[in-house]
Amino acid sequence: MRNVLHIFRRELGGYFATPVAYVFLVIFLVLASTFTFYLGNFFERGQADLQAFFSFHPWLYLFLIPAISMRLWSEERRAGTIELFLTLPISICEAVVGKFLAAWAFVGIALALTFPIWITVNLLGDPDNGIIVAGYVGSLMMSAGYLAIGSCVSAMTKSQVIAFVVAAAACFAFTVSGTPLVLSFFAGWAPAGVVEAVAGFSFLTHYNAIMRGVIDLRDVVYFVSLVATFLFANAAIVEMKKAG
Amino acid sequence: MKGAQSNREHPAMSAMIEIQGLKKHFGPIRAVEDVSFTVQRGEVLGFLGPNGAGKSTTMKMITGFLAPTAGTARVCGFDVETQAIEAKRRIGYLPEGAPAYPDMTAAAFLDFVGAIRGFDGAERAKRVAKAVERTQLEGILNQPIDTLSKGFKRRVGLAQALLHEPEVLILDEPTDGLDPNQKHEVRGLIRSMAADKAIVISTHILEEVDAICTRAVVIARGRVLADGTPESLEKRSRWHYAVSLVAPAGDVERLRAALGAHPEVGGFERVDGEEGLAMLTAFPKNGRPMLAELGAIARGTGIRIDEIREERGRLDEVFRDITTAKKN
Repeated sequence: MRNVLHIFRRELGGYFATPVAYVFLVIFLVLASTFTFYLGNFFERGQADLQAFFSFHPWLYLFLIPAISMRLWSEERRAGTIELFLTLPISICEAVVGKFLAAWAFVGIALALTFPIWITVNLLGDPDNGIIVAGYVGSLMMSAGYLAIGSCVSAMTKSQVIAFVVAAAACFAFTVSGTPLVLSFFAGWAPAGVVEAVAGFSFLTHYNAIMRGVIDLRDVVYFVSLVATFLFANAAIVEMKKAG
Repeated sequence: MKGAQSNREHPAMSAMIEIQGLKKHFGPIRAVEDVSFTVQRGEVLGFLGPNGAGKSTTMKMITGFLAPTAGTARVCGFDVETQAIEAKRRIGYLPEGAPAYPDMTAAAFLDFVGAIRGFDGAERAKRVAKAVERTQLEGILNQPIDTLSKGFKRRVGLAQALLHEPEVLILDEPTDGLDPNQKHEVRGLIRSMAADKAIVISTHILEEVDAICTRAVVIARGRVLADGTPESLEKRSRWHYAVSLVAPAGDVERLRAALGAHPEVGGFERVDGEEGLAMLTAFPKNGRPMLAELGAIARGTGIRIDEIREERGRLDEVFRDITTAKKN
């Protein structure tokens, strides 16, 4: 597990070695605030909570997370460093987990930097901070889901553009699978069980549940198993590429 | 994860690298068809072949980056597929083109590799310092790798491969892109490490084989075509033991007639030079030395001989013969 730590450090350092990290952090914070205050009507709602802030996270993540995950493996393949990386005495599992955790930590940093908004709402009113903590936990778990999908897609191609586009599309599918748009498509002909299963895959359904302040074991299990599945697929793809 | 320290448990007697019937197909492309060889401690094996012969692919299989379609490769007794991590611990690998993380500084990169190789704290600093010293990277340690010249990048790649004092070194074109001085230094470095390691270098520079290799394996189209010491390869050359004489151009034909009578002479080549001189080269028929006898015959003719010398086998010619002759 020490190797995971070393890989984690290198990867996380890699984000900050280039302007990528700073551009991402600024854009993330600007967009998160814009959505909260303008689209979310933070002030007009007159409520001391961060619903307006958290409810836009899935849409923000939809295109920002693939921008983080796209380089995880594609960049290594393009630069040829993957040949060096995979001939070091590490297991593929350590490599996948180390990279994933670094990307996740980076999202965590971005999320942590939104703390002024939390302070703001506490200055203006008397919010239920438990619900806000749950919101942050839910947001972080959801970002892990998006990242695992993105990392897996990134392992398939050496083109970062393809990795970005495909990951964004896959994330979109997972996000909206609980909305009427998708469900009504199935509702006409599929049995109720199928419709429910499709709805059950939705990030929104699980995230909204957590955002309301209830961290239900089922929602946690959902995100954990989603991440595990995609990271497993990620490792399998890396292993498969060895065969040429 | 204590990698490199426990290296010495395997006796030197067994081969450090054993490759048996290695094969690699990429769909319809047969990159490596059938490659077998072993490398002992103390050997520097030159892996030769034209571009696309399968050199890099073979190296990628030994280092565990690619899985072979068939065949096995063992490093210090560890199968590179089933005991991959044990094998990888004992290998230092410089991939083709010496890839390294472009945004990292050379120092950070070497520190990362040291950490993964299982060294901590002072030990890691010591190892990195030693590798830096051997590859003369002191001046550029704090520069991002993508700002470095090709030569420095290559040396960063070498430093990374040497860091843990591996028993097996696999270097894919270690001197490619270096200037003559750097080439000289890198060759010296490889020679200095050769005694207690097994080293494989791929190259298409034949002088390099003469300079550092104790053995040469020639491959083309995915197959081993020759395996021997550089001298034994040179012996395959028609130039091996050939004798060249420089004499006045007008006398050369008389000289040819006299030497042609010797039973060991198989043929001649004449090159006219400046100042009315010409060079006549007599090629041996049976690959035996004939300098002394031809010298005596030449003196007997009374012709003025300006120069007489025995030729060395020419590796480049042998290489061309081996890799182009057998099309099937």
